[in-house]
Amino acid sequence: MNDAPAIALNPETVLGEMKKNGVTHVVWLPDSETNWLYLLMQAEPSLRLVGVTREGHACAIAAGLSAGGAKPLILIQNTGMMESGDSLRGWLLGLNIPVVLMVGYRGWTRHGVTQDSAATYTERFLLAFGLNYYLVESDADAPRITVAFDEAERTKRPVVVLVGDEYHGFNR
Amino acid sequence: MMHTADMLKAFARHRGNAIVVPGRGGRHWVDLTARPGLDVPLGDPAMGGHACFALGLALARPEKKVILFDSEGDLLMGLGTLVTIAEQKPANFYHFLIDNGCYATTGGQPVPNADKVAYDVIARGAGYPRAFAFGELDEFSANLEQILSEPGPVFVALKVVAEIENAPIGRRRRWQTRTRDQVISDLRKELRIGD
Repeated sequence: MNDAPAIALNPETVLGEMKKNGVTHVVWLPDSETNWLYLLMQAEPSLRLVGVTREGHACAIAAGLSAGGAKPLILIQNTGMMESGDSLRGWLLGLNIPVVLMVGYRGWTRHGVTQDSAATYTERFLLAFGLNYYLVESDADAPRITVAFDEAERTKRPVVVLVGDEYHGFNR
Repeated sequence: MMHTADMLKAFARHRGNAIVVPGRGGRHWVDLTARPGLDVPLGDPAMGGHACFALGLALARPEKKVILFDSEGDLLMGLGTLVTIAEQKPANFYHFLIDNGCYATTGGQPVPNADKVAYDVIARGAGYPRAFAFGELDEFSANLEQILSEPGPVFVALKVVAEIENAPIGRRRRWQTRTRDQVISDLRKELRIGD
């Protein structure tokens, strides 16, 4: 049963947060929670999309972008975030990279009962790495994205935004 | 086959004001460089990411040449990186691969299929417009200026003599002269980032 909130997170809202926070590059691997952003991001002239084939690559690319003065955003799924453990440790935490990771929260349910182990381990993984995170489910939550950007800059650490809103047909 | 130190000596004459990510060549490069502020010797933050890191630098600073000395063990952990680089087509990105055929820092165990892998062919197949392979220093030196004079991305596979380390890590000579934070901070100063 899908218990997503009635008011969804619109891709225009997320794109607006990216622009507001000066994102220059989106380093990403498509997933079912964030694919509705693709066409909008592609059409946005201020953004350069960097597609990766494995999520850990996104961490090292973002580290290089940040070291070179750009402002990357990482857009991946929770499964890929878990795959990226060593890159998160070495390239982002190890080099003190102030970057926001928007992470599709596959398997997320508001009541917490899920059959998907990707959801079961997501927050445990973040806690184990000491990564702070914010949940975004709808447009009303979108200001938390700016909170995450501010925190990343202030702490010189990666900060995670969990996207708890599955694909609902905007990518058309 | 060539020695990594000799190969880097040959390169140093052509470095100009490029950013250099020396990777596992760092231990030699630290004694050869004339522009340490533009060097990014990070050691090994997490294996498999050097090419990605250098790509990020190249995309962030399109006005500067970015020279990467990757290693085959590192690249093999993420061959998909080549596809991403080829798609991005950074004209300022020069990807050199130091191929010693083994995991030298763990005692010299061969990488899988070490003697039969053609990395230049893999790079070309991934979409790099130019890819080369050199086994001898003379041939490499003779072609280097031309390779660096044309736009990237370009891939150059180099067969080098393995320098195998067997001593416990704690007893090895530490070649790094700066912390990673200092390396990044120095680079950003050189590039006038945040001015």
